[in-house]
Amino acid sequence: MSRGAAESKIGWEPAPEQGWVAPHIAAEFPGLGIAWVELDAHPGRSPEPVRRRLRDLSDRFYGAQAIHMRERPIPWAYRVFYRQIGLDPDRNRTPIEQLAFDRIREGEFKSHGLPADALTVAIVETGVALRAFDADRLEGGLCIRDSAPGESLPGRAGELAQGTLTVADGQGPVALLFGVTGKGYEVEPESRRLAIAAVQVKGVPHIAVDEALWMATTTVETGRS
Amino acid sequence: MPDLLARDSPIGLRVEVDERLARVELRRQVGHLERELATLFTEAFGRVELDYRVAAMAAEPRILDLGDLERLRDELAERVADARLSLRERARFETANRELVRRMLASPADFKWVQVSRDDLGLPGCGHWHSRPRLGPIGMLMGWWRVKISSGCPLAGRLAAVEQEAKASQASGAG
Repeated sequence: MSRGAAESKIGWEPAPEQGWVAPHIAAEFPGLGIAWVELDAHPGRSPEPVRRRLRDLSDRFYGAQAIHMRERPIPWAYRVFYRQIGLDPDRNRTPIEQLAFDRIREGEFKSHGLPADALTVAIVETGVALRAFDADRLEGGLCIRDSAPGESLPGRAGELAQGTLTVADGQGPVALLFGVTGKGYEVEPESRRLAIAAVQVKGVPHIAVDEALWMATTTVETGRS
Repeated sequence: MPDLLARDSPIGLRVEVDERLARVELRRQVGHLERELATLFTEAFGRVELDYRVAAMAAEPRILDLGDLERLRDELAERVADARLSLRERARFETANRELVRRMLASPADFKWVQVSRDDLGLPGCGHWHSRPRLGPIGMLMGWWRVKISSGCPLAGRLAAVEQEAKASQASGAG
């Protein structure tokens, strides 16, 4: 039974779908995975309960936590993975570290509307790297693979260097893995369906990924109701 | 005969090397070093400046080859070694200062005007130990020295009062 099916049995809807990872990449990076949920949404200003939750989160998050963050297992796992794929996590920060940095610099987790606030809540609570796409633009399921010769990222001039790690759908790359999202795949105010995706790396437990997706989904749904 | 020559040629001895296991091992080492660096970073925070940065190996995410991974591993190892050295030196400095404070407290007159801050001992917060004479010039002449321990950080209220005072004096100066 797939994990998605197992989740639906215990009543969490929508159940996360598991994307595939190109076999040679999976062989290099055991534990790498992508899971996502699709849901209806109306991007825009966050309702008061979500903004209150962000304020509560800001009150619970201090500089000391930001400093010790890189010692915690999940943020550390992402830092290590960033290193392993050639990125510098101190320059190209992991999602959780970027949020911690913004929290310290701005004095709070600023509201940027939905679904951004939902992702903030879920990332800060769990440490899992999440991102959102416009689900209506996606063709088929998401996967992690390297770019083929001649492929490019929508909205970006030039071809991707062969072997660039990407998040792709059935048509082609939609984003760089832990990088920019292709033009047209970002969530816009007129987007009506979201895909919230979690990229899992070695050291991040499945339960944390499920929790992050569940938390983000319920927060978006709070805004919809 | 040509068959025999062909069979004995060095081309027949070529061995395909699977580097994947070597890459996996290097990635494991990178993870270990990253954890060590993270621990040293938090240990050093606020005490000593560490050069913990290792430049990106690629502009965009990709599978690093053996050479890149080796370079990354070596650079991380270098940062870890430097960080350990800096922390060891800092610890030595703090231990020496702790000893100095102990001797100052035992014999203040031997350390006239010496001041050691909490920061010099690796302690959080404000404050310092200062060897100074009791009753000012009289104490200096009489050799009445003591170590005065400051009461810590200024209170927020006092800082606000100073700020207000500064603003008021600026306003009066402008007026």
